[in-house]
Amino acid sequence: MEKCAQEISQGPLLKVSSIDVFHGTFQALWDVSLEVKAGEIVGLIGANNSGKSTLLDAISGLLHPARGKIEFEGQDISAVESFRIVELGITQVPEGRGIFPDMTVLDNLILGSYTRRARSRRRENLENVYQHFPILETRKKQTAKTLSGGEQQMLVLGRGLMADPKLMLLDEMSLGLAPIVITSLYKALQEIRQRGITILFVEQNVRRSLQEADRAYILEVGRVTLSGTAGELREEEQVKKAYFGV
Amino acid sequence: MIDISSLAGPLVNGILWGGLFALIGMGMSLVFGVMNLINVAHGDLVILATYFAFFLSTGLVLRYSLPLDLDPILSLVIIVPVMFGLGFAIQKFLLNRALTVSAEAPLIIAFGISLIIQNIALKLWSPMSRSLMPPYALDVFVIGPLRIRLVYLIAFVAALIMVFLLREFLRRTYLGRAISATAQNKKASHLMGINTGRVYSFAFAIAMAVAAVAGVCLGLIFSFTPDKGIQFLIIAFGVVIIGGLGSMVGTLLGGIIMGLVMTFGGFFLNLHWQMLLVYLVVIVVLAVRPQGIFGR
Repeated sequence: MEKCAQEISQGPLLKVSSIDVFHGTFQALWDVSLEVKAGEIVGLIGANNSGKSTLLDAISGLLHPARGKIEFEGQDISAVESFRIVELGITQVPEGRGIFPDMTVLDNLILGSYTRRARSRRRENLENVYQHFPILETRKKQTAKTLSGGEQQMLVLGRGLMADPKLMLLDEMSLGLAPIVITSLYKALQEIRQRGITILFVEQNVRRSLQEADRAYILEVGRVTLSGTAGELREEEQVKKAYFGV
Repeated sequence: MIDISSLAGPLVNGILWGGLFALIGMGMSLVFGVMNLINVAHGDLVILATYFAFFLSTGLVLRYSLPLDLDPILSLVIIVPVMFGLGFAIQKFLLNRALTVSAEAPLIIAFGISLIIQNIALKLWSPMSRSLMPPYALDVFVIGPLRIRLVYLIAFVAALIMVFLLREFLRRTYLGRAISATAQNKKASHLMGINTGRVYSFAFAIAMAVAAVAGVCLGLIFSFTPDKGIQFLIIAFGVVIIGGLGSMVGTLLGGIIMGLVMTFGGFFLNLHWQMLLVYLVVIVVLAVRPQGIFGR
């Protein structure tokens, strides 16, 4: 396993600096900055339409910021195309899972290793995925759309791992899933972190986010309103209200 | 009382025609499935391949006095790569750019391509009706009560081969898988590191390669003029609608259903009502099961 967290952090793995992002003429993000250090699990918390998905899409290169900068491993990736960003080592597991519904589980996973770098480690990564999610090996010949919601989420997590990422972005992993399933998914996430993969996840549930993340950012209507370690945030008045609210 | 053995004719011929129809429809099905584009130039591009074969078999001799008279099937060795390259270029330089303008812009460009091809063909080959006439063009097999033209059989075998090749390609190669993936979920494909622009170019190129095979088979069976493209566009439409998207085998079966409707329509009703019956079936399928009989 050569993927270890950077011993001496020379700078954050991911650095977003004051970006504005538009959907056409509609501004979705205003002056947003965040940082993720190698080996961390960082949460992005916010309600619907707060701009969370937009932020992840901007990091993944599906959108490009009109102002500001996004840096990965010190490199400016603000204008880089999405398929190159996957090659650089950032994978996103999108909202709604994004399975390829008519392909088998195995074919979905194989597609995850599409990039040149990932292809060379395909066998190894597939073994790892089966270790994290044994059910995927059991169901490997099944068509993806016949899987349950929780299994589909495991599938796309596994698919993300097949890309051999350094940073994984997760958009609303728990949507529509039972609490037991969500717990097991987050447990898998912690195991994935042990492999040295850095994680930035989006979550609506404040309590869950602060349980699982080292640090978190709170996004409201396109702006970062609060940030800090999970412990710090739990003490904040506004967060306490949301904690018992949502 | 209908003599059962006389049904064998329309049955066999219907299936064989189905192969040709499927060949014509496959390229359109691929393009529509992957990039949601109705290529209104598809029929004309098929005819372009037919004229290309005509040029290589007759034109070189007539126009340039070259002693080169290439059998249409052999000429596929040249025509398929050329059409592949043409398709790649059309998608890469025209249609991909049009997509950044709007979702409908490629449709207009395709229409333009259709007009351009028709007029080029008109200029180069005149409105005179042409045919591909290698020595075996009129050969007929007689098996019992059946009379089967060899060229129908050739088209059917070609269709089987193309369906098989395309299916294996889409399932087993990384590029083929990328094409299927892009058709099923475009955003997720981006997130796999798939360059969807490049995928589109290859998909269109492959569609043109199949169109090349369709064009040659067509020329062996029918006579053709520069404006015949529309007719084949409509057939392609019908195949895609009946067979449904997302399955090469579905397209083949869709073609066969069309073929059988046509031959049995001609058998039970009237030759003039053949195509009308086919179009009626298309409308019924659209109304009752719009995703096609085998579609997703």
